Amino acid sequence: MNWEVVIGLETHAQLQTRSKIFSGSSTAFGAEPNVQASAVDIALPGVLPVLNREAVVCAIKFGLAVGATIAPRSVFARKNYFYPDLPKGYQISQFEIPVVSGGGLDIRVGAGDTAKFVHLTRAHLEEDAGKSLHEDFHGRTGIDLNRAGTPLLEIVTEPDMRSSAEAVAYARALHALVQWIGICDGNMQEGSFRCDANVSVRRPGEPLGTRREIKNLNSFRFMQQAIDFEVQWQINEIEEGRAIRQATVLFDPDTGETRAMRTKEDAHDYRYFPDPDLLPLEITADWIALVRSGLPELPQAMQQRFQSELGLSAYDAAALTASREMAAYFEAALESAGRDNAKPVANWIMGELSARLNKEGLEIAAAPLSAPQLAGIVRRIADNTISNKIARDVFDALWAGEGRDADAVIAARGWQQITDTGAIEALVDEVLAANQKSVEEFRAGKEKAFNALVGQAMKATKGKANPQQVTDLLKKKLGV
Amino acid sequence: MSELINSSLRELSAALAAKTVSAVELATLFLDRIERLNPALNAFIALDRDQTLVQAQAADAARRVGAGAPAISPLCGIPLAHKDIFCTRGWRTSCGSKMLENFVAPYDAHVVEKLAGAGMVMLGKLNMDEFAMGSSNESSYFGPVKNPWDLACVPGGSSGGSAAAIAARLAPAATGTDTGGSIRQPAALCGLTGLKPTYGAVSRYGMIAFASSLDQAGPMAKSAEDCALLLNAMAGFDARDSTSLERPAEDYARGLEQPLAGLKIGLPQEFFGAGMDDDVRAAVEAALAEYRKLGAVTVEVQLPNSGLSVPAYYVIAPAEASSNLSRFDGVRYGYRAPDYADLAEMYSRSRAQGFGAEVKRRILIGTYVLSHGYYDAYYLQAQKIRRLIAADFKAAFEQCDVIMGPTSPSVAFAFGAKSADPVQMYLSDIYTISTNLAGLPGMSLPCGFGRNNMPVGLQIIGNLFDEAKMLNVAHKYQQVTDWHTRMPKLAEVAK
Repeated sequence: MNWEVVIGLETHAQLQTRSKIFSGSSTAFGAEPNVQASAVDIALPGVLPVLNREAVVCAIKFGLAVGATIAPRSVFARKNYFYPDLPKGYQISQFEIPVVSGGGLDIRVGAGDTAKFVHLTRAHLEEDAGKSLHEDFHGRTGIDLNRAGTPLLEIVTEPDMRSSAEAVAYARALHALVQWIGICDGNMQEGSFRCDANVSVRRPGEPLGTRREIKNLNSFRFMQQAIDFEVQWQINEIEEGRAIRQATVLFDPDTGETRAMRTKEDAHDYRYFPDPDLLPLEITADWIALVRSGLPELPQAMQQRFQSELGLSAYDAAALTASREMAAYFEAALESAGRDNAKPVANWIMGELSARLNKEGLEIAAAPLSAPQLAGIVRRIADNTISNKIARDVFDALWAGEGRDADAVIAARGWQQITDTGAIEALVDEVLAANQKSVEEFRAGKEKAFNALVGQAMKATKGKANPQQVTDLLKKKLGV
Repeated sequence: MSELINSSLRELSAALAAKTVSAVELATLFLDRIERLNPALNAFIALDRDQTLVQAQAADAARRVGAGAPAISPLCGIPLAHKDIFCTRGWRTSCGSKMLENFVAPYDAHVVEKLAGAGMVMLGKLNMDEFAMGSSNESSYFGPVKNPWDLACVPGGSSGGSAAAIAARLAPAATGTDTGGSIRQPAALCGLTGLKPTYGAVSRYGMIAFASSLDQAGPMAKSAEDCALLLNAMAGFDARDSTSLERPAEDYARGLEQPLAGLKIGLPQEFFGAGMDDDVRAAVEAALAEYRKLGAVTVEVQLPNSGLSVPAYYVIAPAEASSNLSRFDGVRYGYRAPDYADLAEMYSRSRAQGFGAEVKRRILIGTYVLSHGYYDAYYLQAQKIRRLIAADFKAAFEQCDVIMGPTSPSVAFAFGAKSADPVQMYLSDIYTISTNLAGLPGMSLPCGFGRNNMPVGLQIIGNLFDEAKMLNVAHKYQQVTDWHTRMPKLAEVAK
């Protein structure tokens, strides 16, 4: 009997503000422990939080980017619990009224053109806790409060995803989006973007099963592994007659397994209540308009434009907007190559360029080949100066730093395609004369022999002869 | 010199300006009195003669250099003392608790900064109920403060140290904080004038939080005029407190001399019913008669929900306190239990040993009312009552300029009289709590003596931002009465 997997994700995106959400301390990563912890961050008596408006701007940007509702009035609440790296004994978060509600984003699994819309429940602002350091303290625990008070946007989806692949596709799309709009650096190693996955299984058509929450997934690969393991574990439990108990679980990358950290019975009562130290957060229409005017074109809009104005497929449009850098590269190349060349430019970026970047572990912004250089190659293919095959050589040469642009490389290497009909006719005659055997075979009905003749002609010109002209002339001479 | 112990701040300011006395001499006068009288009163819990005299010397120097310059505050060189709830750089800030017995803040509270900026000289830190939770000063870890009018009686709370110090003339002025009456009730019980400003008028930065939405700092002194001068220095916007009000600065002393003819005094019938002692009633009625002589008229007003103020307060204040006091966990500063097996035990023992009984009681109440399943029934209901109480006042102020009534239902009571019964203790703030819930300014001024010759306080409640009006109303009364100049015998004897 088949099972349906149901997944919802909660993502903590660290916001790219210079200072913390409620204090003036720096948010830079990697400083010596506790040097970026002010009186507010370590919660000395009598100090008070003051909201960093930059963090609110980030939340507004996000709300606009996912088509959500931005609350004109939202409320900061205290989430009370004791932990040594939580200096105040409560975390300032948003509970009943979050700053962002609704909205969502398109995700794509595989190479098809169909997207799936994942609904967001909410996104709210909150502060991060510090870190407990369990090593190097001889059986004691060290506390580093540099991270305490770092602004986070917690982004919560509806339980819309139906496979680990969809969950990863959503996480990737979100990861790309928050970087696109410049609110999060997306650095997963440093914990700037971390996900919790709520996973349950059910028989199709039945109500939602009991969920278990996998905490702190900090890579897409681990997310996939963790969800796959968890799903199989839950199915096994149910099939063996055991009920799933709501729990929080951790994924161990070494074993590839999830294991329960705590169950619902020992869940905290966080005693949320509105923080009396902070006024309700009021966001006016003017403020939203101001933030909107500073937003870059969003990937969704750009994809539509690429489809309608350039005639690209939805898949291509999505691939070209995988990151803002990718899109910028494409647009720069397009500007240089001309709109008519949109498809070949797209193909070169998604094909040759992406493969090479991938192989060498480079980001597109660091590509040794500039967008105008790539456009130069495409232009010379279009006007028949070079063939596709030669174009790859030009690409290699430019990648290696040889020559200013495609034209310079072509000229220096003498790679211009031979398109002069007279020259090609002479060449064809030579080839026919030198390859009587192939001619006879062709006349005897062996189609393949024709290709051998084309090959010989190309070989004789080191690939520079225009293959179409060679073909046409050969056919003519052979009387086909 | 010794006649200066009963001088007003204006008189002290004039003497300093005329150089008939120096700030160092003034500070020494009061420090010597503290040395003699404090052992009996226990009002001061931190003293540092050297630091005090350094500040006094600086004030003298500032007056010399800037003589006549408008930049010199009239308060420059006048000594005062701070309730130990205000963080003070270089001085211990205990909040009356074992939890912070050894805590020295690396910063000054906004109020401390402002008063130091005006050149006021700090005499020391004043005893208080632990974390400002109490109405008798019996909950201090450092022992109770005694009422200078009768050492067997409480001085009121939580700013009991502030009240006792001024009453005994150990300081001309002091800071206090008022969450449910903690400035006004001790002012009443010790025969002083104290003002709790509109919520947000004075920054809470550096003031250790009890109940954030109710806490408000204010001045305590002998007279309304003194309070006006102090409030001028204390009030003002502070970007470090998000609840601080961004309003243009005002001179709270500007209207002190306005005549009161035609002033409409609202008398809430709820403040004059059963529960008030007869001696208190007699003194308050006499004060109202005096006001009528000054040209004021009294009108009856209704505050129908005021009976709900004590229960609402004892949900909201403990709820906020339970969360505010979570930071005292023994991890980063403050008291940590010497022995514990694990983290949970470190928390529970540090807090069990570091907090006193009243603080624990309120943390438990607060934790309970915020718990899942109880939040709606208690916290949300209390917030609704809070809005009703504010609406009552709003309606009342459509009929009158200020509201008057008793500050406390009784004069100072004996030690132990109410400490066994928390509810009885909580009811001592029955007339003061509603103003905190509504965010309104309130003050208490001496209006006579009751049983055993103990002082009685008259409460004035003003509309939002009406501090200047209230101070005017109090000042005019103090010009025709002398209750505020009366000293307890103990203070006179020590002259």
